[in-house]
Amino acid sequence: MPAFWHWFVAAGTIVFVIWCIWLITWSAKQGPQNVADDDLVGHKWDGDIEEWNNPAPKWWLYLYFITIAWAIGYMIAYPSLGNYKGMLGWSQAGQYEAEMQAATENYEPIYEKFAAMDFVELSQNAEAQALGKSLFASYCTTCHGSDARGAAGYPNLTDDDWQWGNTEAELLTTIGNGRQAAMPVLAPALGGDAGIDNMVKYVKSLSGGEADAEAMSAQPMFMALCSACHGPDGKGNKIFGAPNLTDEIWLYGGSTETIRETIVNGRNGQMPAHGDLFGENRTKILAAYIYSLTQ
Amino acid sequence: MKSRKTACSAQALQLEDNSIQNRGLTLDTAASYNDKVVRQFSIMVVIWGIVGMLVGVFIAAQLIWPQLNFDLPFLTYSRLRPLHTNAVIFAFGGSALFATSYYVVQRTCHVRLAFDKLAAFTFWGWQLIIVLAAITLPLGITQSKEYAELEWPIDLLIAVVWVAYAIVFFATIAKRRIKHIYVANWFYGAFIITVAVLHIFNNLALPVTLTKSYIIYTGVVDAMMQWWYGHNAVGFFLTAGFLGMMYYFVPKQAGRPVYSYRLSVVHFWSLIAVYMWAGPHHLHYTSLPDWAQTLGMVFSIILLAPSWGGMINGMMTLSGAWHKLRSDPILKFMIVALSFYGMSTFEGPMMSIKTVNALSHYTNWTIGHVHSGALGWVAMMTIGSIYSLLPRLYNRESMYSIKLIDAHFWTSTIGVVLYAVSMWIAGVTEGLMWRAVNSDGTLTYSFVESLKAVEPYHYFRLLGGLIFFSGMIIMAYNVWKTVSDKKPVPVAVLDPA
Repeated sequence: MPAFWHWFVAAGTIVFVIWCIWLITWSAKQGPQNVADDDLVGHKWDGDIEEWNNPAPKWWLYLYFITIAWAIGYMIAYPSLGNYKGMLGWSQAGQYEAEMQAATENYEPIYEKFAAMDFVELSQNAEAQALGKSLFASYCTTCHGSDARGAAGYPNLTDDDWQWGNTEAELLTTIGNGRQAAMPVLAPALGGDAGIDNMVKYVKSLSGGEADAEAMSAQPMFMALCSACHGPDGKGNKIFGAPNLTDEIWLYGGSTETIRETIVNGRNGQMPAHGDLFGENRTKILAAYIYSLTQ
Repeated sequence: MKSRKTACSAQALQLEDNSIQNRGLTLDTAASYNDKVVRQFSIMVVIWGIVGMLVGVFIAAQLIWPQLNFDLPFLTYSRLRPLHTNAVIFAFGGSALFATSYYVVQRTCHVRLAFDKLAAFTFWGWQLIIVLAAITLPLGITQSKEYAELEWPIDLLIAVVWVAYAIVFFATIAKRRIKHIYVANWFYGAFIITVAVLHIFNNLALPVTLTKSYIIYTGVVDAMMQWWYGHNAVGFFLTAGFLGMMYYFVPKQAGRPVYSYRLSVVHFWSLIAVYMWAGPHHLHYTSLPDWAQTLGMVFSIILLAPSWGGMINGMMTLSGAWHKLRSDPILKFMIVALSFYGMSTFEGPMMSIKTVNALSHYTNWTIGHVHSGALGWVAMMTIGSIYSLLPRLYNRESMYSIKLIDAHFWTSTIGVVLYAVSMWIAGVTEGLMWRAVNSDGTLTYSFVESLKAVEPYHYFRLLGGLIFFSGMIIMAYNVWKTVSDKKPVPVAVLDPA
């Protein structure tokens, strides 16, 4: 912080502390107008409201003084007056780093011993599975649910439908680097409400809905707009995270309204990256745990 | 501590009721107090208290049964919660501060309130603000700043009404007929000035439309401004203002002199100086710079003694009148309010310590702390003061029913204890569950498990709130019976002694 503000903060703090100390010492002295300690001050309001000139209780004054003394000590020890960093050299960033380092030293060996283990073997190892389950409960349940069955917009991890794939490499990438899906806004390209309705019907027909004339009228448009990601047969593409439209599994919901909403507004599915947080060993154990859910 | 004069001399100081309407005098306006505006605000205290606490009870029920929002946007928790806080703090608490400050400043300055019309404007203006808040908040129109949710046109109106309030109050002080300004007025005055400064600076914003604006501060500066405002809203609106109330109604009701003039000087000047620094304790372990967090914490610790100064002065004023607690439930309200004040102002500094805060922050402990202050201190001091005030305003000896005041006292006390204790347990439970880790470094509990663990306390909270609320209904009945058949009589301004 600039020198001016440093001194502004420091001076302001010191002035207020001195102010408090001065008030304590003032009150310890004789009260106003040389009135005796156990007498009335002599003011009278509203007919009957008066004041004693009792001194403040000693224990209260000591309490006040002790808190000030403690505050001064704390301010000397810790960052306080502007740029002053404190005698202990403490900072919250430093505390965070120290705690993270201690955690790494404590916990990393637990995960490290599985580093060389084969992925499939790992998914069958009871101890690794217990660790994976704990990791899942800590970091994944918020979106994917404590039973891993997901929610609208968050994939179910217990079925066989994998938006981004479930090989070792694919799972490690998904957890480590995160994923960003992009279903574009397609309403303007579909030529008004009728075009959208027909496309919704066509999409539904891919998973067993009625393929009537209206639905089939949207097929050329599907080939032009959708097949690049979802494939000409609608079976999806794991490279783009484009869902398979021919099964009964729907990421955002399979009702006419929801499919319409998806086509009209687009979707932006996002899996956050956890690689930096977990490190390689934990990422692998977690990936093996998720792999095990469908084995 | 030196011995005080005997209780007898204190008793002797009690004078007869100073209202002189019994003397059969006709009063011109200047010679009488302006009690109309006090009566208006006093009645609204009861009404807004019921409204605000009813919303509170309703959202407490929503935390147990979420379907109580009936899928209507304006009934969702997120919109009703700011309505609850605004209604109890600014409508209920605000009306109580207006009512008592207008009453006290006239009585202790021995003059009629300055500017009748401006005083009337503050009443109608404040009610309009409350109504606008009650409309816009459920509609989701908000600045998203806690306790400062109202959008810019309402903020401007608040600023205008507040300046009018300051003019009325300080003009009355200026024309006082007694040299010394009574301690209650120091606190009211500090509260009025500081709230003006806090409100204006925290709400500086660029309007975009009539219902949308952008605050001029960004990032951590915005957060710091918000909690400088937020904590001083507690310190000045809910503490200094209500200490002003305490300093008049406690000695008045107890019929005893204030315990220590010197203590009131020391704790007043300490309190207003130190509260200003405490805001950063709301932002521990955030991107707020370390030095600011430290200062917020150490000044919060220093704040303990200045806060307790007010509690000591109030309690020691009551000391010697303990026998009156048997017959006067109003004094019971006041002593319990002071007890909760002392308890909350010990708890607050403790929670501001970083290591304690790391456990308590974001848990229901904070909710418990706030309610032991808001229900235990603010509401109980208000209720006691209104029971003390209303008979004087309506030319009666006392409230319609003392027994009902006693019943109200017990509902309030049981209600707040149930509420606060259940939230403490819930908060500590959450704090401990959130930080528990397994031997492999992962979290022992998922969030939903902690939610499940505290669910029983949600029922106790609702029950406590319901009991406290039921007391407000008793109060409304008692107030109605007290005022409905009474025509107020002007009270002559008392000459200074």
